[in-house]
Amino acid sequence: MSTVTEPQFSEARLVEIKALSKRYPHQKSALMPVLYMAQEDFGYLSMEVQQMVADTLSLKIMEVREVVTFYTMFREQPCGKYLLEVCTNASCMMNGAYALLDHMTASLGIKAGETTADGMFTIAEVECAGACAGAPVVQVNNMYHENVTANDMDALLTKVRAGEVI
Amino acid sequence: MISSDPKQVQRICFDNIEVENMHTLEVAKAHGAYAFLPNVLKDFDTDKIIDEVKVSGLRGRGGAGFPTGLKWSFVPRNTGKPIYLLCNADEGEPGTFKDRDIMRFDPHLLIEGMIMSGFALGVKDAYIYIRGEFLHEYNVMCGAIEEAYAANLLGDNILGSDYSMNLMMHRGAGAYICGEETALIESLEGKAGRPRFKPPFPAVEGFYGCPTVVNNVETIATVPAILEHGAAWHAAIGIPNNTGCKIFSVSGDVNKPGNYEVPMGTTLKVLIEDYCGGLKHGSVPKVVIPGGSSTPWLTGEHYEVPLTYDDLMKAGSFLGSGAIIVMDETADLVAITHRLTRFYAHESCGQCTPCREGTGWLERVLERVNAGQGSDDDVKVMKDASTHMAGRTICALAEGAAAPILSLLEHFPEDVQAKLLNPQQAEKTS
Repeated sequence: MSTVTEPQFSEARLVEIKALSKRYPHQKSALMPVLYMAQEDFGYLSMEVQQMVADTLSLKIMEVREVVTFYTMFREQPCGKYLLEVCTNASCMMNGAYALLDHMTASLGIKAGETTADGMFTIAEVECAGACAGAPVVQVNNMYHENVTANDMDALLTKVRAGEVI
Repeated sequence: MISSDPKQVQRICFDNIEVENMHTLEVAKAHGAYAFLPNVLKDFDTDKIIDEVKVSGLRGRGGAGFPTGLKWSFVPRNTGKPIYLLCNADEGEPGTFKDRDIMRFDPHLLIEGMIMSGFALGVKDAYIYIRGEFLHEYNVMCGAIEEAYAANLLGDNILGSDYSMNLMMHRGAGAYICGEETALIESLEGKAGRPRFKPPFPAVEGFYGCPTVVNNVETIATVPAILEHGAAWHAAIGIPNNTGCKIFSVSGDVNKPGNYEVPMGTTLKVLIEDYCGGLKHGSVPKVVIPGGSSTPWLTGEHYEVPLTYDDLMKAGSFLGSGAIIVMDETADLVAITHRLTRFYAHESCGQCTPCREGTGWLERVLERVNAGQGSDDDVKVMKDASTHMAGRTICALAEGAAAPILSLLEHFPEDVQAKLLNPQQAEKTS
């Protein structure tokens, strides 16, 4: 007997999902957008959330697992309130991305892929963000920051810690 | 003679890129968006549009450079199945960032191109597959599509015509391979993005088994200008077989990195010196990757190559997506090759053994070499594994992964030797 409540999409979400599914030839195409919704609503895609998505779209759990594990933007683990994704591919690398990444890991005291103990920040090293004229590029919760210097990053972290919304 | 004055050059996709608030329908319309659409819906038909696009010489701007009109002509009509138009906005090839600017600054240009292309192909449902990271661009596009629906530019009976088309944005989720058209289709079907065997080609059997055309953002965004100004107008820009303009995304060791749209045939040197403010160091680049990280490297000897599909092929590389990564004399080529190889190992979808195993193996070898722990045997493995990976897989990712390694070994063996465990020993034996 489990005391944990199973995750449930809100009624509004279910209405949204139903409408969305109709815009594709088959409901299965709605899987990726629905996974984004689940990730937004529940923070990350736990096994329970993945099962809920499977049930919502009448898919087998393996069909959902296959997609969740294939795409890097679907997360199976919780991450910090602020996800800092540093691109280190060629053009960013040539423009100081690794020095920036080192600066960030040193100032937050975590490695790339880890989250600070207070749950505020996660640092991730990512592949080409497609904004190479602005190298180095850092995405903060999916918003692009370009030509980022160590000073810019310090200022950003200070703002976030002071409670300012980025 | 192509003007080297950036202010004088012909532009197509970027004609209104600096206009403020161009993403709104009001401003876009004031600058000519959708003005010619009623004429297309009234006076054009499938054959006329396909002929125009063929004669214009437009070739796919996403990387392969396949003639767009010809691609469209492969779509079988009257199969009883719906025909789908998918726009490839997955833009993940390292160095490429051009489609992002079209979508965030001039989304209605892309929407108008989708309507005209969809009309040509008899499409009822069209989708734009955008990479997941481009959340801002996704939101801008969704806003523009909403405005277009409200103005009867999308949906039922567009502008009172018999033609109806739906257009929808669909986000990827961080998988480079989904830029390959059959992987994109798999992904849009709600699956892992693993490329399919070809044939059958998507034109015959694509999205859910139906005839499907997949075109890049820049390709689709060029269609309205071709139909409005005529095929001959487009064919007169650039040089024969390489017509029109091309957006080049220039990054790396240049003073003014950015997107520059220029007529095909502009030389690499003009682009770098007149547009990008020249190199950061030195007067000739050490390496130029001309078409995205998957294309073979050019060295300083090709600095004056005209940027066309044909000239870059003659020079031993490809125009690709037009993503030019410039490395000057300060660049650490082994470190960059190691980083690119790590990218391909991460992005290999894993279904073909030579690619899955090869990219991972090469990454480990390059890590060793870059760390100063490599040997001559490692160099042999690099050459052997990259040579044997290419051409033995379903898609071209393995070729792309091999390109930087083979280029490094061919043009800069001394840079590799200098990083090996015992350079003196290595020099004696070579």
